[in-house]
Amino acid sequence: MLSRVADSLYWLSRYLERAEHTARMLDVHLNLGLDQSQGMSVRENRERLMMSMWQTAAGSNNVLDDDYRLTDYLTFDTNNPKSIVMVIAAARENARQVREQISSEMWMQINRLYLDMKCATMPEIWEHQPHEFFRMVREGSHLFQGITDATMNRDEGWQFIQLGRYIERAASIARLLDVNFNALLIDNEAGGTYLQRIGLLKSVTSFEAYCKVYHADMQPNWIVEFLLFNADFPHTIRFCIKQVCQALEDIAVKSGRGTNNRLQRVAGRLQSSLSFDLVDDVLSGDLHRYLFDIQHQCDLIHMALYETYITYTIEASA
Amino acid sequence: MTASPHTFSPPFANYALESGCYDEMFTDNASPREHYRALHDRLLDLTQEELGYRQQAADLSFLHQGITFTVYGHEEGTEKIFPYDLLPRIITSVEWSTIEKGLQQRINALNLFLHDIYHGGKIISDRVVPYDLIYSSKHFRREMRNVDVPRNIYVSVCGTDLIRMADGRFAVLEDNLRVPSGVSYMLANRQVMKRVFPHMFANYGVRPIDYYGQALLNTLRHLAPPHNPNPTIVLLTPGVYNSAYFEHTFLARLMGLELVEGRDLLVHNHVVYMRTTAGLRRVDVIYRRIDDDFIDPLAFRGDSMLGVPGLFNAYRAGNVALANAIGTGVADDKAVYYYVPKIIKYYLNEDPILPNIDTYLCMDDTHRKYVIANLDKLVVKAVGESGGYGMLIGPHSTQEERNNFRDAINANPRNYIAQPTIQLSRAPCFVEGQIESRHVDLRPYILSGDNVTIVPGGLTRVALRRGSLVVNSSQGGGSKDTWVLYE
Repeated sequence: MLSRVADSLYWLSRYLERAEHTARMLDVHLNLGLDQSQGMSVRENRERLMMSMWQTAAGSNNVLDDDYRLTDYLTFDTNNPKSIVMVIAAARENARQVREQISSEMWMQINRLYLDMKCATMPEIWEHQPHEFFRMVREGSHLFQGITDATMNRDEGWQFIQLGRYIERAASIARLLDVNFNALLIDNEAGGTYLQRIGLLKSVTSFEAYCKVYHADMQPNWIVEFLLFNADFPHTIRFCIKQVCQALEDIAVKSGRGTNNRLQRVAGRLQSSLSFDLVDDVLSGDLHRYLFDIQHQCDLIHMALYETYITYTIEASA
Repeated sequence: MTASPHTFSPPFANYALESGCYDEMFTDNASPREHYRALHDRLLDLTQEELGYRQQAADLSFLHQGITFTVYGHEEGTEKIFPYDLLPRIITSVEWSTIEKGLQQRINALNLFLHDIYHGGKIISDRVVPYDLIYSSKHFRREMRNVDVPRNIYVSVCGTDLIRMADGRFAVLEDNLRVPSGVSYMLANRQVMKRVFPHMFANYGVRPIDYYGQALLNTLRHLAPPHNPNPTIVLLTPGVYNSAYFEHTFLARLMGLELVEGRDLLVHNHVVYMRTTAGLRRVDVIYRRIDDDFIDPLAFRGDSMLGVPGLFNAYRAGNVALANAIGTGVADDKAVYYYVPKIIKYYLNEDPILPNIDTYLCMDDTHRKYVIANLDKLVVKAVGESGGYGMLIGPHSTQEERNNFRDAINANPRNYIAQPTIQLSRAPCFVEGQIESRHVDLRPYILSGDNVTIVPGGLTRVALRRGSLVVNSSQGGGSKDTWVLYE
């Protein structure tokens, strides 16, 4: 397939995953806000929320002052390239570039999500239920994934869509853990800490899955173990990287490029470390560094992907 | 022109017949023509609400499929739905048979003409067409002289605009030999029509048009090198910001071709490749939807970001085929149009089956004097423009506009032609809850490959503003489904 098309499918999927992630994080944040007693530092929570999404409040000083401004900034602000409305517009723009490559059902779904976003306004969703709105965004993304699975050939394009989604997700989970782990350890009030830990799991839809493994016992170490190393749940880093490796192998075969290259090595190395590293080592060592390294590895995979399939030189292709 | 004394019953209450203007549905005494009778009777049965409901269903279908075009020069909402009119335009098989023969004759003559003027120009030395007319056309490509194009086919895809005159005959208004667009609307209109009026459609005996994709693919295959049984054919688009981008994706999907942009292609040792995840892949035929000017920054406009550097040399070396060929615009120059009947006679020794519209060439002194004196009655057009730009419609113009055109004509007579203001025929349209009559034209799509194929019908464009004669989508036009009936 055309390199440009692969590029667009990859980003379409990354952006949609990003929109879904932002919507879920905001939803959980607003929900937690309802329960928090006065002792909790709401401002710090907002700061961590922003950092979890690689966002800074620079230049828009008052977004941390209240949840209305924060939500507006992360959802509707067209000056914020990472706001949900901008991210969905970017996803749609990528879809528009490759309309003939995706099924018409896929296009119609992403177009509808985009049009729904354009109709929504901050006062309106605040007045009604922000929760309903964020559910609409999440379901819009889920529906797109379902439609993709139901209507698209399992060709390279489909694999690039998988790649985009799982690389974005793996990096987001690593970042989320990285930013929030210290806050999980603080044991101030019985209820407050518990809520923080549940909130983290819910931000990546992992609460119920976690409970199935560890019951409702919220231990920071177990949370880390689950989100890093669980092999079966779609919102864990290990699961995501396994999907990335599978997609890469499939693309290597379908394109005839083979698996003996830097891209496969970088991805395979990360996968094996997630499969065989011991949680005790990770926790007793430098967790921050470990999580930071995962984000870095995701970047390396991204760059190697581009060197191999998208922006290669004439000499390299011969 | 006087309004007719005939009165119609709802939903035709606002319908008016105009003398001097052919009505597609009604005869002069206000009874429906035979081939329109079933539609007419069905419309009398339907309530306004039902019609409105169907119009809504059709509009939604276009919006959700994203069937849009881009209007240049607007920041907000640059994507618009191409307005779709609910009521079909119907053409009988006898009428169609004349159109078909006429268009085949015309495309054959124009292909011979293009080959001739780029190879010595016999028609020029025989003084049938003046040499300065050809060499001064801004679409004449010197670079194409003595270049042999595959199978001598210059124009593979042509869209010819026809209008129906007051006496009911069809005439050619203009040829589009460069990158004609609109065929996707023809196909989409038909799909929507089948959805909103399934029973009526089924009972009417309408000839199918769905094989257009296959026919276009065959036309493009015909240009591939004969030794290659499995040529790589691509559709080259300027990209998503082009007004016809929807159509490019639509056609690529219809034919199963890669839709490429300039940045997907590169030329190495005079061979064109596309950049794929599997490495570089050689390209044999390009259905290009980019104008000559922008197709190769090395050969033509150096500031073009849309094209492929080196493409023209690969083309000249015979390593890649282009549809349409480069330089075809010289034959749809509006001043060259004047000579097409003579061109047909010269190459085919036949009389033209479809007439031209009377045309005055401003480069001719007598013609120009007449044009300047009658600006308020004539339509003046710039010869190299399309899409309804660069036009003066005399009867609808202000004194100031006429003065501007007079000065422009005197400054550059070669650049202008004039034609009498033609009353395009009118057809019933569903406008704001009523059925009213609006001016329409017809653009059939002609494919010239192994033989000449024209799917029955084409795009009927509608001037949706009351009284307007301009049907271009960029100027407030819409379109409707076109039915060509079996015997």
